[in-house]
Amino acid sequence: MTPSPFKTLAAAALLGLVGASGPAQSAGKLNLYNWFDYLPQELVDKFSRQHDVEVTLDTYDSNESLLARLKAGVTGYDVAVPGDYMVRILINEGMLELINASEFPNFGNIPAEYVDVYFDPGRKYSVPYQWGTTGFMVDTAVYDGDIDTLAIIFNPPPELRGRINMLKDVNDVINAGLRYLDLERCNGNPEDLRRLSDLLNDAKRHWLSFNSDGAKEVLVSGDAAVGQIWNGFGMRARAERPSLKYAYPREGITGWMDNLVVLKGAPNLDNAKLFLNFMLEPENAAILTNFARYTAGVSGTEPFLDEEMKTAHEVNYPSSAPPPEFVPPCPDNVIRLYDRIWTNLLK
Amino acid sequence: MKPPRSRDLKRYPGFGAVTWACLVFLYGPLLVIALYSFNEIRSITVWGGFSLHWYAKAFNNELIQRSTWNSLVIALCAASMATTLATAAALAVIRHRRFRARETCIGIINLPLMVPEIVTAIASLVFFVLVGIPLGVGSIVLAHTVFCIPFAYLPISARLEGIEGYYEEAAGDLYADSRRAFRHVLLPMLMPGVLAGFMLAFIISLDDFIITNFVAGPGASTLPLAIYGLVRTGLTPEINAVSTLLLLVSVIFVILSCLLGRKRYPAGH
Amino acid sequence: MPSPATPPPRAASEHARARRRLKARALLLSPALLVICGLLVLPLCIIVVYSFLTPGTYGGVVWRFSTESYVQFLFERDLFDDTLAFSPAYLQIYWRSFIQALVATTACFLIGFPTAYYIATLPERKKYMWVLLITVPYWINLLIRTIAMLFLIRNEGPLNHALLFAGLVDAPLKIAYTNIGVGIGLIYTYLPFMVLPLYAAIERFDFRLVEAASDLYARRWTILRRVILPLAMPGVVAGSLLVFIPSLGAFIAPDLLGGGKNLMIGNLIALQFQGSRNWPFGSAAAVILMTIVLCALLVYVRQQSKARLRQLR
Repeated sequence: MTPSPFKTLAAAALLGLVGASGPAQSAGKLNLYNWFDYLPQELVDKFSRQHDVEVTLDTYDSNESLLARLKAGVTGYDVAVPGDYMVRILINEGMLELINASEFPNFGNIPAEYVDVYFDPGRKYSVPYQWGTTGFMVDTAVYDGDIDTLAIIFNPPPELRGRINMLKDVNDVINAGLRYLDLERCNGNPEDLRRLSDLLNDAKRHWLSFNSDGAKEVLVSGDAAVGQIWNGFGMRARAERPSLKYAYPREGITGWMDNLVVLKGAPNLDNAKLFLNFMLEPENAAILTNFARYTAGVSGTEPFLDEEMKTAHEVNYPSSAPPPEFVPPCPDNVIRLYDRIWTNLLK
Repeated sequence: MKPPRSRDLKRYPGFGAVTWACLVFLYGPLLVIALYSFNEIRSITVWGGFSLHWYAKAFNNELIQRSTWNSLVIALCAASMATTLATAAALAVIRHRRFRARETCIGIINLPLMVPEIVTAIASLVFFVLVGIPLGVGSIVLAHTVFCIPFAYLPISARLEGIEGYYEEAAGDLYADSRRAFRHVLLPMLMPGVLAGFMLAFIISLDDFIITNFVAGPGASTLPLAIYGLVRTGLTPEINAVSTLLLLVSVIFVILSCLLGRKRYPAGH
Repeated sequence: MPSPATPPPRAASEHARARRRLKARALLLSPALLVICGLLVLPLCIIVVYSFLTPGTYGGVVWRFSTESYVQFLFERDLFDDTLAFSPAYLQIYWRSFIQALVATTACFLIGFPTAYYIATLPERKKYMWVLLITVPYWINLLIRTIAMLFLIRNEGPLNHALLFAGLVDAPLKIAYTNIGVGIGLIYTYLPFMVLPLYAAIERFDFRLVEAASDLYARRWTILRRVILPLAMPGVVAGSLLVFIPSLGAFIAPDLLGGGKNLMIGNLIALQFQGSRNWPFGSAAAVILMTIVLCALLVYVRQQSKARLRQLR
């Protein structure tokens, strides 16, 4: 087609949106696939500058959607950030690149207890990113009673009813339910699961929404007064709404560790390894921790951490609470049953 | 007939009010979201004074820049391909009034309009994975081209309907071969329709979320995907600012496209 | 006079021209048809095939024939002993989506008809302006329109603030994250889809018929019901379909405005391909949705041919 004033006009109008022109060219590339809002731009820029690599970042909202996307045949990503049990699944499915992290110059920064982990003994496929807990927060301006119990979610006091946001994550919701009922995790017992299903369907009356990426926002905006949330995300929520308080339910709390992995067939393998090693640098791990507000899986970050991190209720585990529980991946049949309960719950 | 009475007969009490209410309903939320994009403070509910800094923030957001660029490239490619295909198809269907399977052909061209978007989205995803087309900008362009065809076809065929066949015949009588007759006679007359179709296809591609969401790959985030991601993490005035800009682009395009389509007679010839 | 053995030259050139035209037509049509068939019809067929396969544990399919997906749609396998029991869980989702879409379509009609009628009876110049005003939202990003609605109606949003300020309500109206919120969102996003075809139908309308009816002493609302509405029927059907079909498969409105709490068909399908990783079941759900849509389209086609017959008569 011949150029026309309209097309030129249209192009000009749209280019206005971009401001500058297209992306700049660099020596190398790196495609990151990470949780939303989980990596500060500052670190991306720093890595870009240091190694002259053009970094692109896409995001996902749960371990399950990461797996679903990879299974759907999405290729081209170099680095992803799966949680502990998902690392195990990805290894079993042969979807990770063997990287032998022990050969990394910064491997020594990983504390011994995070090297021989159940999901990747000896760290052949992964390095630690952040670890934390999945609990919930309560707006103490709305409710000032005892919050350290899962009854807040499953049998809420009147002032909290209809104002509860749950994470859109099958495991986080089901594990919380299992703890409240004092039942085994990875439970395949039909009688137990029926009780669980009844509990969830009954409690759903009191729930406002299922939202993971908006877990902070619903609390900050005041639309919800209770919200399941990860501790660091919760700390960021408290910064915007000081009346929020993170609960440590006595029935137990989920612990998790997110890890950097290199995906099988990564187009930029060398840059991916460079990035993993870069993230093991205490200073960089501290920049990440100050942003994400969880706890680093790297030692030596203390000098670089914000003062606030040392005292914050969300990241300093009270001695009175039971230790966080890391839940390994469940057997196939249990996953199927969980999926059925989950779909049934959302119907 | 008494004109005043007949005009009165056409009117129904309350219809005008409904129409105005409809207008408020359609534009109210858009105006509110635009208004709050100029809010000085982060609050999305309280007014804290006029400011443009959310626009500055949106312009400086690396993700928004990158995905806007992607969106533009994708929309340009998809709309160009769809317009070309639709123009050819329209010439065949409209210029050849009667042939068997004409209705079927029109049906197939309009098929992408009938299939619910979510079904198109998963069908495309499954297909691309099955035949091994890597998910990314390329796959998005392919998927967009398909469902942009009917949108481009609409104004082009409408325009073609309005051009009488004897223009070409006259050109033929003047010893222009059919190719030259097309290039120098028909195409210039058809151009406003082609442009209008291109613009609609462009807007449709630029706006698509559901299909893109399923067939996008590494680094191929488009503007709607970026906005969706931002919304999921929380409504901030930054989103209002991006939304308002995109809204403006849509409005400009539609008005231009309407103006082009409304012109009855081709300019020039 | 040419002999019968050799065809007349005129006819020969006529014949050659016809063949050229045929070739040109095929050449012009085939690219578009090929693209649509290859990238839409074929994938839809694959979806049908997938719905009869076995799901892989972590997504994808195993190439083993199974009708489990369709069985699962109607029945629930008992957690204990694998016996089948009728379970309305998924039917409920379809039923809810159907009702939501129906309510949205009806509401769009109730708002859209007076609007389209009013615009169609305006003087020429005003008409164009109004049509443009209704058309513009049609082209604005669906996502942005939904966000705008969410922004407006959320508990702590401008609407509730205004209502509280005006003293019209005591507590914020809970619209967002409910089915009502989804309904409003659907009406809001698809209203122009109803108004435009209705307008097109009413605009062609010959208002002398109204005069004739009125001369026969028909009352105003009777005229509307008995004369105008039947004649606008093609527009009503077209508009209803344009609202109904996308509402039925809506994904964004239930996701953002419904708080992801009550699944609709679109979300159910998406969930099977994202979180739950059961592709065959997702495919089956899509096939069932397509079947419903096809039925709706058949109604439309029959209605259209009926209308054409009426015109011919």
